[in-house]
Amino acid sequence: MDQVSWLKRRKPRIKDTKKRDVPDGLWKKCDSCGEILYHKELEKNLWTCGKCGHHFRISADKYMNVLTDSGSYVELLTGLESLDPLGFVDSKKYVDRIEAAKKKTGHNSAVLTGSARVGGHLVMLAVLDFGFLGGSMGSVMGEKIARLTRMAVEERVPVITLSSTGGARMQEGILSLMQMGKTSAMFAKLHAEGLPHIAIQAHPTTGGVTASFASLGDVIIAEPGALIGFAGPRVIQQTIKQDLPDGFQRSEFLLEHGMVDMIVHRKELKGAIVRILDFFSDDARDRAEDTLEQARKQGL
Amino acid sequence: MIGWLEFERPLLELERRIDELRSFADSQNIDVAGELARLEAKAGELRKQIYGKLTRWQMTQLARHPRRPYTLDYLKMLGIDFVELHGDRRFSDDAAIVGGFGFWGDRKVVVIGHQKGRDTKENIRRNFGMAHPEGYRKALRLMKLAAKYNRPIITFVDTPGAYPGIGAEERGQAEAIALNLREMARLPVPFVAVVIGEGGSGGALGIAIGDRILMMEYAIYSVISPEGCASILYRDAAKAQQAAEAMKITAPDLESLGVIDEIIREPVGGAHRDPEMAARNVGEAIQRHLSELEKLSPTELVDRRLEKFMNMGKYKEA
Repeated sequence: MDQVSWLKRRKPRIKDTKKRDVPDGLWKKCDSCGEILYHKELEKNLWTCGKCGHHFRISADKYMNVLTDSGSYVELLTGLESLDPLGFVDSKKYVDRIEAAKKKTGHNSAVLTGSARVGGHLVMLAVLDFGFLGGSMGSVMGEKIARLTRMAVEERVPVITLSSTGGARMQEGILSLMQMGKTSAMFAKLHAEGLPHIAIQAHPTTGGVTASFASLGDVIIAEPGALIGFAGPRVIQQTIKQDLPDGFQRSEFLLEHGMVDMIVHRKELKGAIVRILDFFSDDARDRAEDTLEQARKQGL
Repeated sequence: MIGWLEFERPLLELERRIDELRSFADSQNIDVAGELARLEAKAGELRKQIYGKLTRWQMTQLARHPRRPYTLDYLKMLGIDFVELHGDRRFSDDAAIVGGFGFWGDRKVVVIGHQKGRDTKENIRRNFGMAHPEGYRKALRLMKLAAKYNRPIITFVDTPGAYPGIGAEERGQAEAIALNLREMARLPVPFVAVVIGEGGSGGALGIAIGDRILMMEYAIYSVISPEGCASILYRDAAKAQQAAEAMKITAPDLESLGVIDEIIREPVGGAHRDPEMAARNVGEAIQRHLSELEKLSPTELVDRRLEKFMNMGKYKEA
């Protein structure tokens, strides 16, 4: 407590110091319990608080490192970029918002898609990036996820999605809504082909993404304490004009109501996924595909 | 005059004057044909002026018009002999979505639609056409019956949105809609969806993964309500008019964005001005599309439906 108030007092005097994100700073205060967390420690804990278990929001790049076998991730579908089909302007132009998000994240869209190995299993992986316009789903995200899923059908491999999003992207209007239909239709095909989808819901997973592919996993895993729902709490509160119950729409609430299969700490997330992939996989098939891949690498 | 919109007022006042003059002349046995013709011509001009260049917000108001025909009105006017079925077999029956079997001439169809209430009491029962998860689960149950008995599916979309409430979240509103989207994509029977009024976001899409998506001339279909968009992006729900313009939510907008297959013409001023005429147009369009779809095999239907949705969206590719 004393340490925290001392730091608070010092704050104005270091005003000129360059603002830094979690990964660059020396320390960070836990949003939840206020504990001072050193960067190295935080990184070792995969950006979760060692004291209270709070999960910090992290970029899609970091999630790729958390989830995939070292060196196995190959990014795919990088050439797709947003247009401005409606000529949308609110307080800023949509095109300017996109440019700013690209600069900020270093990526073209709010989802990273690629192939990777997870515990040796070959998978197609889509990870939403909340840092890119709130991880919102517009035409590019819908197209990337649908195409990735189609590739999974062709290659006969599982799909893993990790969501962190406010939902459909308003600036692309009805086209964003239709991406719910597009992704779900392709996941229908994956499902019909008997291929697995593991859906991970991180903080927050709401709106049109929850009401489409994020809820279509054969297994749904939530990170602890994540806000997950269809409507956001503010909208619900404005509609019903009542206080919401404690813990409403948090992962633990969803588990209790049967909406997710398990809540898994980020440090155990990969292990849990590997277990599930192990269950789904047909070893003989995996081995055959390994041999095939080896052959391809050797140019045979 | 309850249910008339502000921008229609000059026209409605003129129409009332014409009616008054006509009945006065009739009762007094006076010839006012010349005067009537002049006023009718003026009313015609006014109609063209008002309805010819509606703003998107005015269109929204027409789409929500309290006298607009709803799903059950269309069923009656179309002469569909309707056997309503109830309940999701899980939790309850949601009156915000109606559905059942329909005998329509030579066709047997499964019909599902959002249903708004005509008065306060009915609106409370039907939750203003905002369904809970049970509504979507009932809809899916009926669609599966359509698939089982090889009957085409017709859905009528008319909802402000899926209901945002505690119970809806507890019982999996998102999951209910998501599952519908996935399952609708694989239905092996013809499926025509018609947006008859408000196409409110996921709550609308949740019964609308059709082989054909038709939209009434004065209907709207959007990713979020204009009010919702305004409160999030403009931080002011009163800027709904601006949001309606920005989001491009009318039938002509959606046609040019490649989302809908056809605009169904309405009587000038909206379906409520001449519901029978609106219903005839709706019926003709649905029958025509069903006839086309009935020629396709189940595999062709499913493949084309997937391709239809795969083609939605605008992006560039390096």
